[in-house]
Amino acid sequence: MYEGVIQNLIDELGRLPGVGPKGAQRIAFHLLAADQADVKRLADALIEVTERVRFCRTCGNVAEAEECRICLDPRRDPTVICVVEEPKDVAAVEKIREFRGRYHVLGGAISPIDGVGPDELRIKELMTRLTDGTVTELILATDPNLEGEATAAYLARLVKPMGLRVTRPASGLPVGGDLEYADEVTLGRAFEGRRLLDV
Amino acid sequence: MQLYRDDGIVLRTQKLGEADRIITVLGRSTGRVRAVAKGVRRTKSRFGARLEPFTHVDLMLHPGRSLDVITQAEVIRPYGQRLAGDYPRYTAGTAMLETAERFTPEEKEPALRQFLLLVGGLRALAEGVHDSRLVLDAFLLRSLAVAGYAPALTECARCGAGGSGPAAAGGKASRVVPPGQHGAGRNVSAFAIAAGGTVCASCRPPGAASPAAATVALMLALLRGDWDGADRSERRHRVECSGLVAAYLQWHLEHSIRSLRHVERV
Repeated sequence: MYEGVIQNLIDELGRLPGVGPKGAQRIAFHLLAADQADVKRLADALIEVTERVRFCRTCGNVAEAEECRICLDPRRDPTVICVVEEPKDVAAVEKIREFRGRYHVLGGAISPIDGVGPDELRIKELMTRLTDGTVTELILATDPNLEGEATAAYLARLVKPMGLRVTRPASGLPVGGDLEYADEVTLGRAFEGRRLLDV
Repeated sequence: MQLYRDDGIVLRTQKLGEADRIITVLGRSTGRVRAVAKGVRRTKSRFGARLEPFTHVDLMLHPGRSLDVITQAEVIRPYGQRLAGDYPRYTAGTAMLETAERFTPEEKEPALRQFLLLVGGLRALAEGVHDSRLVLDAFLLRSLAVAGYAPALTECARCGAGGSGPAAAGGKASRVVPPGQHGAGRNVSAFAIAAGGTVCASCRPPGAASPAAATVALMLALLRGDWDGADRSERRHRVECSGLVAAYLQWHLEHSIRSLRHVERV
C-alpha cells in the first residue's frame, strides 16, 4: 500500500482491461519517473477523448462531430453498407483499403444467453437507413462466430422483403496457415466456398 | 496433475484477457466444467471453431488451480452450424443451453441424464423435424423431471385426486376416483405453478391458471415423448403451453432464464 494519490492512481489503472495490480503499479511508477510534459500530454488526451468523442448519429461509429469521417465523405459509395458489430471492426475493414462503401455499427451481436436481443442493438436505425432506396447491397460482416452468424441470419431474414443484395464475407482458411491444423468447421466452410481457378 | 479426457457440449463462452476464452462445458462424466482455452480468439488458433456454443466436443483437459485448461479439442458434432443460420432454432437452442447450465449448479458434479437430454434436444433441434419451440418445451419439461420437479399433469398436485379432466386424453376419458376419497370426482381443472402442476377444484389456490384441456394434454405428450400427438397440436395450445412451462421452470429454478425472453416462434 502506498500514500493517497499514488494508491489512487494504481487503483484507477488497475481497473483498465488487461491490467492487473502488478501492472498497474509498474505503469504508475513509470509515470512518476517520466517527463512531466509527456504525462501531461497523456492526461490531456484522456480528457479530450472523453469530452470530444461520441457516436455517429448515422452509423454508430466513433466520431468527433455529429457524423463520423466516413459518413461525411462524399467519395464513399452510399449504395453499399457494411454492417459490423463494433467500431473496432470498422477500423479492421478500413485497413484492407478495398471497401469504398459506408458502415453501420450494431453495437454488439445477438446473444440471448447474455440478455442481448435485437432490440438492444442498432437494428432499427439500420432499417431506417434502408427505407429511402439508396442502398442496394448490404454486407453482413458480423464476427464469424455463433452470435455473429445468428445476427447475420436474423438481419438477412429481416431485409429480405426489401429485395437488396445481401452478402457475407467468405470464411475459410487463414492465409499463411497449415491445412492440417484447420478445424473441421472452418475447413468445411472453405470447401463450401471454393472457387474456380481460371488459368 | 493428471490430464483427463471427456466429451461434452459447449454451453457458454466468455472472453478472457487478450485472446483467451473461458469455455463452460457440460461433460458426459465430469458434469459442468469451466475451462480456459488459450488463444482461441486468434484467427490462427488451433482450436478454431471447435469451442463454439452448441458444439459436441471431445476434450483433453489439464486441471488448473482455479480453472482447468483445455489442451486439445476435437469436434464430434457441430450443432451450432445448423442452428446459427435459423433464428428461431438458434434462440430455442440458447434457452436449452442456459437451462442446462442452471440445472447443474455444482461444478464437476456428474449430471449424465441432463447431458444426454441436452444432446438429444440439440440433435432434435438441428434435424428440424419438429417445431423448435416444441423441442424446447419438451427439453424444459424433461429437465424439470430429471431434477425432480416434474409437474403433476394427470392428477391433483396437492391431494392426488384426478385421472379425469383435461390431462386424460384431451379430457374425454373420466377415470372415476372411489367415493369418499378426498377430492373424489372432482376434475383437475387448473394449473398452479407453486403447487406443482394441475390441481382439482377444491385444492385450487387463488391465481391458478385455467389452461385448455388440450394444452395440458400437449404438456403431457411433450413430457412423455409422444411426438405424433405434440405435432398435431394447435398453435394457440402451443403458445399457452410455452407460457406455462416457462413460468413453472423459472419458479422452481428460483432463477430467470434470460434467453427465454428472446425465443422466437416460427
